[in-house]
Amino acid sequence: MDLFLEQVLNGIGNGVVYASVALALVLIFRTTGLLNFAQGEMALFSTYVSWKLTTATDLPVLAAIGLSMAIGFVAGAVIERVLIRPVEEGRSPLNVVIVTLGMFLAFNSLAQLFFGTDPEVMPSPFPQGSVDVGSIRINKETIGLAAVLAVECILLYLLLQKTKIGLSIRAVASNPDSSRLVGINAGVMLMFGWALAAALGALAGSLVAGYENRGLDASLMQAVLVFALAAAALGGFDSPLGAVVAGLFVGVANALTIQYVDVLDGIELVLPLGLVLIVLLVRPTGLFGRRTVERV
Amino acid sequence: MALLELHDVSGGYGPVQVLHGLDLTVDEGEVAVVLGANGAGKTTLLRAISGIISSKGEITFDGKRLDGRRTEAVARAGIAHVPQGRGTFTELTVEENLRLGASVRRDGDVGADMRHWLEVFPRLGERRSQEAGSMSGGEQQMLAIARAMMGRPRLVLLDEPSLGLAPLITRDLFERLGQLNREDGLTMLVVEQNANLALDMGDRGYVLETGRFVATGPAADLKNDDAVRKAYLGF
Repeated sequence: MDLFLEQVLNGIGNGVVYASVALALVLIFRTTGLLNFAQGEMALFSTYVSWKLTTATDLPVLAAIGLSMAIGFVAGAVIERVLIRPVEEGRSPLNVVIVTLGMFLAFNSLAQLFFGTDPEVMPSPFPQGSVDVGSIRINKETIGLAAVLAVECILLYLLLQKTKIGLSIRAVASNPDSSRLVGINAGVMLMFGWALAAALGALAGSLVAGYENRGLDASLMQAVLVFALAAAALGGFDSPLGAVVAGLFVGVANALTIQYVDVLDGIELVLPLGLVLIVLLVRPTGLFGRRTVERV
Repeated sequence: MALLELHDVSGGYGPVQVLHGLDLTVDEGEVAVVLGANGAGKTTLLRAISGIISSKGEITFDGKRLDGRRTEAVARAGIAHVPQGRGTFTELTVEENLRLGASVRRDGDVGADMRHWLEVFPRLGERRSQEAGSMSGGEQQMLAIARAMMGRPRLVLLDEPSLGLAPLITRDLFERLGQLNREDGLTMLVVEQNANLALDMGDRGYVLETGRFVATGPAADLKNDDAVRKAYLGF
């Protein structure tokens, strides 16, 4: 039983990371209707920026991550304006997908070019050690990571549901043409969506690199992106809540597979991704996604 | 005095020209009606005014040139456009839709207007926290109009408000629009296929055929014009 619970906690630790990258994917999907395949690699680059800021200066880790998020925020807005929008206007959405795939390769290569190919150690902003709850040992890092995700979710919810700018973002997502007709500058909202997603990615990447001494190298976000995409599909691409629940689910399912399903030794990825496939076959909009039904 | 003036306006989609040198005037406080069959260019005309498509020629609103300006700038200048198919934010609630209508305003007193329009359209009041997409076509059309009014516009462009509505609901809708014009002095430019209702409400009418105005004059005169009656009124 204890082993089971520890594996669940293990899975939650990873799941939190998948959830926060999935959140960024959902944020961009909701505002633009696009999947940003470069989300993970943008986060990788930002993570290197956090690492450089904290190791090359005496900036504390938290401040370095905050600064890197701010840089990511600006960079996300610039990327939307300079790389995405010119390709997007009036043409096939596939073009934008190709651009994000190009950015995937570009950001990965640029990170290696600027920061080298040797694995680096990213310090963790969380206290080390663990707390014992009954007979179970919980990493303080895991608790910290989960707390960050919880705060992130609450802030995102408040932003989207309770502020004027959040309402405008949802309006652009719902009907871009009508949002212009009521005087909303849809372009600014799209830039804001990308900026916010990039900042969230910077946070997720920086935390995952420091988590349990994972370390920092060019492959940091690739497996994470696969799981995050799976989580976003499972939760429903338009649902932030779905992204979080499904991210945790995928993380836990993966950890339990590794522990208990010996047949799949070495190919544990099959189980969580297989579960996603089954859910999507039964419910194509994902667990929390909404079916678009419209009366005319 | 003329609130909206178009002079020699042409435009279309890419290489396809739909509008050919249109002149049009809407005076403050009046209802101007554009009649025309499917494909005549009615919707394109409203899109040109709103800057959704680019156009050539002069568009003047309240003495200022509008042509070449972006859609959101036109909206902020005081023109509310209720598009064909209503353009409601279907995933958002009725109240959120109305709040968005006030996006163009700088002042904060949105609450009073919200209460006012929910009273004018009680059906919307009953459904204020319901998703707009779950309402009937007629209710959504009321919402689209109320949303437009939340921005306190000086001119409302209405694109086929009767489209897809049952005759009784259409009649009720036009009654309300007429009321808004008489009681609130709202200036409107209405594009309609339902020529009877539109001309009854309108002060001035234009007949659009393949991108050109073929007849124009006071609405009452158009209603008695033989050619217009045969082509659009069906008697």
